[in-house]
Amino acid sequence: MGPLAVNDIISPNTNFFLAFVIGIGFGFVLEQCGFSSSRKLAGLFYGYDMVVLKVFFTGGVTAMLGLLFFSLFGWVDLNLVYVNPTFLTSAVVGGLVMGAGFIMGGFCPGTSFCGAAIGKIDAMIFIVGLFIGVYFFAFGYPMFETLYKSGSMGSPKISTMLDLSDGVFALILVVIALGMFYASEWVEKKFPREEY
Amino acid sequence: METTIKTKKTRYMNPYIGGVLLGLVLLAANFISGRGLGASGAIKSVVVATTQTVAPKYAEKTKYFKEYHEEHSGSPLKNWLVFQMLGVIVGGFASGALAGRLKFKVEHSPKITSRRRLIFALLGGIFFGVGSQLGRGCTSGSALSGMAVISFGGIITMMAIFGGAYILAWFFRRNWI
Repeated sequence: MGPLAVNDIISPNTNFFLAFVIGIGFGFVLEQCGFSSSRKLAGLFYGYDMVVLKVFFTGGVTAMLGLLFFSLFGWVDLNLVYVNPTFLTSAVVGGLVMGAGFIMGGFCPGTSFCGAAIGKIDAMIFIVGLFIGVYFFAFGYPMFETLYKSGSMGSPKISTMLDLSDGVFALILVVIALGMFYASEWVEKKFPREEY
Repeated sequence: METTIKTKKTRYMNPYIGGVLLGLVLLAANFISGRGLGASGAIKSVVVATTQTVAPKYAEKTKYFKEYHEEHSGSPLKNWLVFQMLGVIVGGFASGALAGRLKFKVEHSPKITSRRRLIFALLGGIFFGVGSQLGRGCTSGSALSGMAVISFGGIITMMAIFGGAYILAWFFRRNWI
């Protein structure tokens, strides 16, 4: 049955339309959680507001468990669902550079569009920066190409690499997430801040 | 319900409920389209499209744009993530409108100036833009969507993003606390 677009159950144009609808849900939820505020997002790195960790891990775990159950019920063929490829070196370097961008800019790309949508001027300037960054990468691609393609490993699942079933790995991740939620609540009490 | 509290406290959704809803949106994307959510990919599409329009000859002979077309067919703007990001803007606006949060402002700590905030926002955007290309996706496309499909690369990128920000947090603390 699923994924509907891959199995030609819906047309490519319907898929684009549903992408728009899914985007509305994505933007609405992010904004409702406060992801349109850079000071709320940055709280993660100073302990005064752990909303990013809570929303991010609840979201990731919910979708992961949902996909595993959908697969179990035969509703979705996981072999047809896109798994991000791994280029280890590029992923680590890129992640660290993004981390630097996060702590300086206070947004990530998705959240900056939410912030801009409700009128945050800092978010709009962050988006200008994003475009400059991607243009810089595109025009300077020969400089980045070796790094970009280094550490290619195909599209492995972490469960396969650890020789665990998806279900067992999912259980471990759920336990880790619950531990982090517990720690977050404690951290927020330890580093409280006035309304910001 | 009417309340007499006069404080201007902004009300946000409970983060765990918000997280479950976010997870359901991501699950829907995987079930319907066989892929996760994203943001930086849409920016890449716009960059490719504008370069092709403004400087078609340059784009034709430049490797980055040639490789883009080996991986994607059709117009770069007729792209799943472009439609999804248009939705994000609409959804974010709708949520802000319902919550009474629509307002033009530069949000920053009272200890720094708007100017300083905007300079760092621009720098942060540039870094995030470059990093998202190397990471083949950002916090949404690589980290969050990668976690949902248990991708090794996605989880590595996620740890590097948050790890990198924590390592540097001390140096930029004046901007935030």
